Amino acid sequence: MAVAKGRDTSLGAAVGLTDADLVEMYRYVALARALDERMWILNRAGRIPFVISGQGHEGAQVGIAWAFQRGHDWIAPFYRSIATCLTFGMSPRDIMTAQYATANDPSSGGRQMPGHYGSHEHNLVSVSSPVATQLLHAVGIALAAKIRKSGQVAMTSMGEGSSNQGDVHEGLNFAAIHKLPFVFVVENNGYAISVPAAMQLSVADVAERAAGYGIPGVVVDGADVLACYAAARDAVARARAGEGPSLIEAKVTRLTGHSSDDQQTKYRSEEELAAEKVRDPLPVFRSRLVEAGVLTPEIEERLAAEIKAAVEDATDYAEAQPDPDPATATRYVYAEDVD
Amino acid sequence: MPARTFIEAIRDTLIDEMRRDESIIVLGEDVGKKGGVFLATDGLWAEFGDDRVIDTPLTESMIVGASIGAAVNGLRPVAEIQFADFIFPAFNQLVSEAARMRYRSNNGYSVPMVVRAPYGGGVHGALYHSQSVEAFFTHVPGLKVVVPSTPYDARGLLRASIRDDDPVLFFEHKKMYRSVRGDVPDTDYVVPLGKAAVTHPGSQMTVIAYGLMAHYALEAADTVAEEDISVEVIDLRTLRPLDKETVLESVRKTGKCLIVYEDNRFGGYGAEVAAIVAEEAFDYLDGPVTRIAGPDVPGVPYNHVLEDWFMVSPEKIATGIRTLAAY
Repeated sequence: MAVAKGRDTSLGAAVGLTDADLVEMYRYVALARALDERMWILNRAGRIPFVISGQGHEGAQVGIAWAFQRGHDWIAPFYRSIATCLTFGMSPRDIMTAQYATANDPSSGGRQMPGHYGSHEHNLVSVSSPVATQLLHAVGIALAAKIRKSGQVAMTSMGEGSSNQGDVHEGLNFAAIHKLPFVFVVENNGYAISVPAAMQLSVADVAERAAGYGIPGVVVDGADVLACYAAARDAVARARAGEGPSLIEAKVTRLTGHSSDDQQTKYRSEEELAAEKVRDPLPVFRSRLVEAGVLTPEIEERLAAEIKAAVEDATDYAEAQPDPDPATATRYVYAEDVD
Repeated sequence: MPARTFIEAIRDTLIDEMRRDESIIVLGEDVGKKGGVFLATDGLWAEFGDDRVIDTPLTESMIVGASIGAAVNGLRPVAEIQFADFIFPAFNQLVSEAARMRYRSNNGYSVPMVVRAPYGGGVHGALYHSQSVEAFFTHVPGLKVVVPSTPYDARGLLRASIRDDDPVLFFEHKKMYRSVRGDVPDTDYVVPLGKAAVTHPGSQMTVIAYGLMAHYALEAADTVAEEDISVEVIDLRTLRPLDKETVLESVRKTGKCLIVYEDNRFGGYGAEVAAIVAEEAFDYLDGPVTRIAGPDVPGVPYNHVLEDWFMVSPEKIATGIRTLAAY
């Protein structure tokens, strides 16, 4: 989804992106972070009951989502996919109304917990809470794309903890047998709530498991937005060419507790948490863009103002929206006949 | 009007619907060249090819989960679970995902999908090829559950299920596949979901059944008719949504209600019907709402003596009718 062409530095050109692309990608990373931070403030202030966060995942999410065609390809996201959903077309208001569970929250009309995003308009499959179920939906979407010859690619993302579910095995096997246009993204932040990856995985990298399905599996640094983009671009090209699925494992960091109901210092040391901060994709990406001369002080100032305004607008907007009417709670169990 | 077996009616309907609508695909274990272990999909692969008739690996959760995704992206999958007994690996996909997709997305998404599965005992299938699993799914808002008992209804209800915009579980009693025959018009008729049928009019008692039990109930009604007991038999055809009106209208007329189901008695589908009748027709009742159902053991045992002990039969139903009639 390249944007307007401009003066291109070698940084983006190495992966086929313009400077304008890079700035826009940075904007999504920073916007997702700002919205996320606002959600925590609102939670601690008692305005919203629950937050589940994507902090630390945003670089991988934006880099990977950038390789997909918005409004054409499909993504079955998970509960940390704020940046993914923003990149694929949801607005800050869409994200914030989900936190307030308002009547007009486009994800669920206030029916689901925050973090369970979804939008048919943007080809983002509705998120549920049982983990990894969405992989099979993305595989089915890819199957339909192949049968209908629509040229679409389907992606799903989840954490490394979720990747242990049986649905993952069943789906990867089927997708590989039929060479479906499917990309499996694992955002490995090292923890499944409190349990470290070493107790979740018998191998160092989830990507090793790709060999069991005869598909490529790559590991990328989740703080390296452009490496994530390049890996996804290759996987999408392979999928669109009919060569089958790929697995991308992005090593990310979880900068917050599992959710607003979790205190991660109970199972992670202060030293570990401090050390993880260097893997924060936001300052890493920013430094890289500043050093390359892509992100000038003027651009940064403009972006900061835009993002601040967007977060304020989304918060004020969501605060002002009405709750759902209980009289509507029985609707949409089944299709409603046109009377 | 040609006579068809139960399974021929299902196969013919799948073929007709797939010819009518190219968004319909069939997927499941052995559904391709073999045509299914019961041959319900025999001939489909030859006509519609690899893209639309897909032999899957032994992965029930994937069969249902991928069907959900395919439905989201414009297809109408008709999935086959080889035996209803093997549907449980897909329970999460059916209950957490298919059933809730429309509700949780506030009508943003729908899952037009049919999951067919042979169910039921009396075929020497033992614990894992005999189960009646409908109660697990009739409990779940968002799912529709259909259990036809005649070739005519199988055709009309399967059509309605495939054309429905919500997930439908379509349970076919395997003992009826070849033993039940009936007239099936070649026309494009539909039997609407959620409509029961009064299959035997009567005045002294209402007997409510579905699937194979709908046949056994008719046999029992004929038996007791010779003893001057007049029984009205209702074949529910669709379990969810339940046709409450037809049930209550009949019970209010007869004053007595016997519910027959093959599944374990405790917490079975008939328990819900009994509760509805007790709540909404209490003033009309002239005897206890009664159930004839399978015994509460964890499965149908294999040995034929044990299997006969388990299965509800026309004789057991007739005995239940006599007892309730004498109340």
